[in-house]
Amino acid sequence: MNIHAGNMSAGVNNMQPPLLEVRDLTVEFATRRGTVQAVKQVDLTLAKGETLGIVGESGSGKSVTSYAVMRILDRAGRIAEGTISFGGVDIGTASEGQVRALRGREMSMIFQNPRAALNPIRKVGKQIEDVLIEHVQAQPGDAKEKAIEVLKAVRIARPEERYHAYPFELSGGMCQRIVIALALACRPQLLIADEPTTGLDVTTQKAVMDLVVELTRERNMSTILITHDLGLAAAYCDRVMVMEKGKVVETANAEAVFRAPQHAYTRKLMRATPRKGVTLRDLLPEDAAPAAPAPTAPVEGAGTPLLIVENLVKEYPRQTPTSGMAGLFGIKGAAADPFRAVDGISFSVARGESLGLVGESGCGKSTTSMMLMRLVDPTSGRIVFKGEELSAIPAKRFAGSKWRSRIQLVFQDPTDSLNPRYTAARAIADPLMQMGSGLSGKALRAKVEELAGLVGLPVHLLDRFPHQLSGGQKARVGIARAIAPDPDLVILDEPTAALDVSVQAVVLNLLQDLKQRLGMSYIFVSHDLEVVRMLCDRVIVMRTGRIVEEGATEAIMAAPKAEYTRELLASIPHPPI
Amino acid sequence: MSLAATDAAPKDSLFSHARHIVAENPVTGIAFGLFALFALAALIGPYVVPHDPLASNTSAALQPPSATYWFGTDQLGRDIFSRVVVASRLDMIIAVASVALVFVAGGFAGIASGYFGGWTDRIVGRVSDTIMAFPLFVLAMGIVAALGNTVTNIIIATAIINFPLYVRVARAEANIRREAGFVQAARLSGNSEMRILLGHIAPNILPIMMVQVSLTMGYAILNAAGLSFIGLGVRPPTPEWGIMVAEGASFIISGEWWIAFFPGVTLMLAVFCFNLLGDGLRDLVDPQRRT
Repeated sequence: MNIHAGNMSAGVNNMQPPLLEVRDLTVEFATRRGTVQAVKQVDLTLAKGETLGIVGESGSGKSVTSYAVMRILDRAGRIAEGTISFGGVDIGTASEGQVRALRGREMSMIFQNPRAALNPIRKVGKQIEDVLIEHVQAQPGDAKEKAIEVLKAVRIARPEERYHAYPFELSGGMCQRIVIALALACRPQLLIADEPTTGLDVTTQKAVMDLVVELTRERNMSTILITHDLGLAAAYCDRVMVMEKGKVVETANAEAVFRAPQHAYTRKLMRATPRKGVTLRDLLPEDAAPAAPAPTAPVEGAGTPLLIVENLVKEYPRQTPTSGMAGLFGIKGAAADPFRAVDGISFSVARGESLGLVGESGCGKSTTSMMLMRLVDPTSGRIVFKGEELSAIPAKRFAGSKWRSRIQLVFQDPTDSLNPRYTAARAIADPLMQMGSGLSGKALRAKVEELAGLVGLPVHLLDRFPHQLSGGQKARVGIARAIAPDPDLVILDEPTAALDVSVQAVVLNLLQDLKQRLGMSYIFVSHDLEVVRMLCDRVIVMRTGRIVEEGATEAIMAAPKAEYTRELLASIPHPPI
Repeated sequence: MSLAATDAAPKDSLFSHARHIVAENPVTGIAFGLFALFALAALIGPYVVPHDPLASNTSAALQPPSATYWFGTDQLGRDIFSRVVVASRLDMIIAVASVALVFVAGGFAGIASGYFGGWTDRIVGRVSDTIMAFPLFVLAMGIVAALGNTVTNIIIATAIINFPLYVRVARAEANIRREAGFVQAARLSGNSEMRILLGHIAPNILPIMMVQVSLTMGYAILNAAGLSFIGLGVRPPTPEWGIMVAEGASFIISGEWWIAFFPGVTLMLAVFCFNLLGDGLRDLVDPQRRT
């Protein structure tokens, strides 16, 4: 670490030896194409009680750095150079037994997917007991009592009841609290949190991060927060270290990084982060050539309603638990009240409009988009598209309907939504081949190349398989496929949730351009209000299957009427600028 | 880890990919070599063998292996080497035909039951449970005995007893993928359900099915030989590994070990080769491995 940054870390006693000191760390991975350096000459120092944020995009080496500190690199990886010293112990050369003693007791880690970190068939209380007993923090006699205390410490309501819960009975945020409880059970000195809130809702993210910060402060622990979200790092860390392609490009006091970012990469990252008062164009790097204003297609009958949704309801049957022999023979229990995933919503989308559909997980926004896509049949209600009642055509037969090509979807996960055995060109051509475009051979290839050009996908990538493409490239393939049949309405289901911020900035701009050029309407499903604000004219906020608030985006962002919308807005972590 | 750069030429030819896989796992190379040998024997064996596999020569009966009779001769003076080589064609035909049959029928039934669920699943599931309820070799015996003692019936019997294995693998794999993003995307692209099944799901299940093919291929050879051994299936004097082992078994006590030994070893090598081939094939057809 450079001296400059050391002086800037406020409130740290420079006389005290640092808890963790990493010098010249280089980590190599052996791959089929030779050795790859994932981390190059990284220096970092962490004082006792300090919170350090490591920020970077995928492939920046931020996770690998922390795995090296815990010495949990997978078999192909090794520490090639440098030293890691933790509380005086040299992690690089210590025996496996020594390191094992440190892991869990002195340093602990929480991972991205909390559900995967918990044993699915063991009660959470028992799992906490296991850790306490393993590390001699409790005896079998008082373990239950102590486990409940731990649950209380991570602010879980009704801990006596939750003690008996299985992980699948708890929400994602609750599971992450249990994982935090497990990580902190032995009062370690260092906590490494690797994207602890990715995949959680913003309000949950806030609750979890507040808890982590509160607990670590209470116990004077040091924390390393690994994240791709600059806003989150800035809001919760003392110091921020920015990494790019395995190298540290900048280390500074959190506020300083945001006030005056020194490195070009940090500036680029900051620009790409959606925040208050910026437009989509502002997200692109300064040196990006100002895109020629996309030729605007005149929208036929702009302003007239394209899609009208009336009183849409989706119910899922809920069964009372069956017991014993009845369950064995598939005899279902008495039907309880059905669960209403979507509870009577009505709205409309005008031609050429983009409508945002915002809400947290479980609010029914995905079910709504599935019904609009006609992949799922609604229980009741009407979907009227261009004057035709689409809900009258059952979902099973919709694939053969002439309306199929009119409504298309861009999926959330670009990897999962591409057939691993189809090349990019084949994936884009699929809707053209199935929906009677009549194109084949050279004409089809020409059309695919034209679509690739529209979404900015280099033609030479068309013959690659999905696993040979980057996340951003896969997202482009997905968008090209969706616009291939020239639809009137495109539903965007969190199309950038799996992408890095700088890629997200480019993809959002692309979507905006395409909309203008092709005169489509969008329904943008998202949990991120900042992104919705930049892309959408109007927004609908949903909660538990109902519409909480609806109106012009700017108006709702400026003066939310509903209490829930205010809470959502307040939970977005903002950089201190 | 997404460390590997994707910039390098993605058009890895199948050949260089195969070379990489063989280099990574030499056993796969051995298995492929053995397989080539068996395939060659099946194709051109009857034209190149030194002796007529059916011609008996009582003056040269029960000769031990020598320069003239490489694997020795049997009780009728027939050359065992020629018979072993010629038999590979019949055994291969039975194995390949029965596996091809069950691959198509069992694979399709399995994918359909995993993808559609409901009644399709129940019917296919119960049919394969019924087959599994029998000791499989006894079932094969029963089928051949009931339908008649022909090569076609051996093929059908072998296919039937392998049916549940294919159904289970295909069903499980299709079931995982039926709600995958790319299947939904295919639906949005206007693909019919049957087209999704065959065009989108089936190719993704191919790698794991190839392993199954290779494993059951070895089993099919064993099964055919077993049926012939107990007198069902192929009849003498047609050269067939199972019959040859059966014929030689009675001579082992009197010291003429070579009559049963050579066909037995060949049979073992064939089964061994197909089992090893499974791993190699999976690596070869899986695009994820082609980085």
